[in-house]
Amino acid sequence: MSRPPSPTLPENSERMSSDRVKSTSNDPLHLQADVLVLGGGPSGAWAALAAAEDGARVVLADKGYLGTSGATAPSNTGTWCVPPGENRAQAVERRWQRTGGLADQRWMLRCVDQAYENLVKLSEWGYLFPQEDDGRLYIANLRGPDYMRFMRRRVLKAGVTVLDHHPALELLSNGDAITGASGVDRQRNRDWSIEAKAVVLATGGCAFHERILGATGLTGDGYLMAAEAGAHLSGMEFTGKYTLAPYETSLNKGLPYRWATFYREDGSPLLDANGEQVSNGIGERERDIAKALIDGPVFARLDHAEPALQDWLRRGQPNCFVPHDRAGIDPFKDLFRITLRAEGTVRGTGGIMLATADCGTGVPGLYVAGDAASRENMTGAVSGGGAVNSSWAIASGWWSGKGASTHARKSARNAFRSISKPLGEAGLRPAGNARANLRTAEIIEAVRAEVIPLEKNYFRDGTTLHTSSERLESLWNDVRQHLHAEGVDRVRSRETASITASARWSLASALARNESRGMHRRGDRPGNDPAFARRILVSGVDAITIGEAQISREGIAS
Amino acid sequence: MIEIVSASRCIECDICVKVCPANVFDAVPDSAPIIARQDDCQTCYLCEIYCPVDALYVAHRAEGHFPITEAEVEERNLFGSYARALGWKRGKAGGTEHDPTHRIRVAAV
Ligand SMILES: Cc1cc2nc3c(=O)[nH]c(=O)nc-3n(C[C@H](O)[C@H](O)[C@H](O)COP(=O)(O)OP(=O)(O)OC[C@H]3O[C@@H](n4cnc5c(N)ncnc54)[C@H](O)[C@@H]3O)c2cc1C
Ligand code: SF4
Ligand code: SF4
Repeated sequence: MSRPPSPTLPENSERMSSDRVKSTSNDPLHLQADVLVLGGGPSGAWAALAAAEDGARVVLADKGYLGTSGATAPSNTGTWCVPPGENRAQAVERRWQRTGGLADQRWMLRCVDQAYENLVKLSEWGYLFPQEDDGRLYIANLRGPDYMRFMRRRVLKAGVTVLDHHPALELLSNGDAITGASGVDRQRNRDWSIEAKAVVLATGGCAFHERILGATGLTGDGYLMAAEAGAHLSGMEFTGKYTLAPYETSLNKGLPYRWATFYREDGSPLLDANGEQVSNGIGERERDIAKALIDGPVFARLDHAEPALQDWLRRGQPNCFVPHDRAGIDPFKDLFRITLRAEGTVRGTGGIMLATADCGTGVPGLYVAGDAASRENMTGAVSGGGAVNSSWAIASGWWSGKGASTHARKSARNAFRSISKPLGEAGLRPAGNARANLRTAEIIEAVRAEVIPLEKNYFRDGTTLHTSSERLESLWNDVRQHLHAEGVDRVRSRETASITASARWSLASALARNESRGMHRRGDRPGNDPAFARRILVSGVDAITIGEAQISREGIAS
Repeated sequence: MIEIVSASRCIECDICVKVCPANVFDAVPDSAPIIARQDDCQTCYLCEIYCPVDALYVAHRAEGHFPITEAEVEERNLFGSYARALGWKRGKAGGTEHDPTHRIRVAAV
């Protein structure tokens, strides 16, 4: 593969690539590229690599910094890693059984194939995996900070132009196809716009401003951009995933609680309905803990961890112990207060619907990867956190990058001659009079009050969903009619619009799914209804349309 | 959230300004960066491990300010403690080959 020429910019330096785009003025930055990748988590990095390998000129713009941004960088992610062979089909079948019947085995199979291939690539490229006792490399785990730092180097080495701290605000379209995006360089306060023959949305999920690892930038921006371009979303009702964390901390990592027992505030053991003490918080028992947390404070202690395991946990998941060490707590001996952190679509499964096998959205020139895409094909109604999502980020990143570069090659030589129009509305161009007294922090708090509390979103019911929906309609009206900002403040106003829109889609889908399935728990509709063994699609920004769920299944070609 | 940029340790390289995914710091000419947007901090601890001289301290409280003095952080040897646990040194990555997470996953089943 030859090294693609860098788009209108000089050679990439090892570190701090955006330094290369030095400018002394606030003049807008204009670039042209074959493929523009929005988002610099694992899926965006893999998309950029795949497109560059095809010879495309690639620009990657991230809201934060490629290497530390997104949900993977601060975490330690287990992948779904199944070596080739007969066991693969069985592994897929077994995993499918847990997806509430909504996953698609063809996508699952091709995902494990591609993810495995790329994990092997990582090892060949020099990422240092640990060894098992028999000397074989253990490639099924990627340590977030190291993995993403490694990916940054690889992406720069492939000749990709990386723009850090360049959040995208909106897509551009010539009426027929997506022709680029524009945004703001938030550290220099200047606008940028990039004309591209294809755009990959790799902007991650929406965590509704919950303070979980990596989530500040994960505000559903890609969902809003895609919906404005006419794409469908799917599975947005699956936002009922929560993970345990020490109280008031960002450490939403469930694994250590496998060895926890749980207590009430007075130190008495937390008991389940059968009078047994609740332990192992990452399985069936999570529901008991959620109920108890609605009643009052809950405490935990990792007292089932043997000394050898304590050592592995400390060395293998060191960030889980940072809050305890700083608070002066020994979690294996002391009780510590816990909470359940909402994870929106990050560990939920909803997102932009995939229309084609190369991760096209159905909108010409627009591709999607990772958490920005619906992960129902992979994991249905249950969370793909803990293995599937990271493999999906690798595989879908790769496919979307290939899909986008193929599209770029095919598109007209004069692609850049057409007139492009920006598609962004809410948060950028209010439909009514701009109102200066509209506070983004207050809007986000009001949205959170509907989609975060356990009693509304972990345990759902039709009446509550309805009331929440009405509140969100009125918030949306404020956002759409009156929210406006200038310069760098547009990032926050656009995030506010994206969070509000994502919440609306989530509640509309949750109301439409008139049953319980996976992480969608309707107290008024307990149990699966076979009539709902299908996808719920939503589209539209101001007026929301619930789509024919079968469409998505028809669209899957493999 | 991020609480301390130690002026006595900082060598003013501005790496933290660039790598913080939440754009929390502002560079200041001839001085250590300042914490300009503390409330945007996502408590990911990543600035700490990128800092070449362990001059940053992120408190464990993710919601709101958590007052702590530089003297206490020094005394409890907390500067750079997360980097040491990972095997990162002077802002350089390292340690993945010693990650025992596979043993945890086997035990978790
Ligand atoms: C604590 C935690 C632990 C996890 N552990 C596991 C695990 O063990 N196994 C597993 O399979 N999965 C795990 N996951 C899920 C996994 O991290 C995600 O599936 C994965 O990070 C998705 O990759 P992504 O690139 O699609 O999104 P992200 O990594 O979230 O990256 C999205 C990127 O988009 C950027 N962005 C957002 N908006 C814009 C915009 N407007 N313009 C430009 N850029 C933008 C962000 O800055 C970010 O860099 C975990 C998640 C969390 C939170
Ligand atoms: S990374 Fe460390 S040394 Fe460099 S400016 Fe930031 S605090 Fe100072
Ligand atoms: S902890 Fe993370 S978000 Fe906070 S200042 Fe450091 S790098 Fe930035």
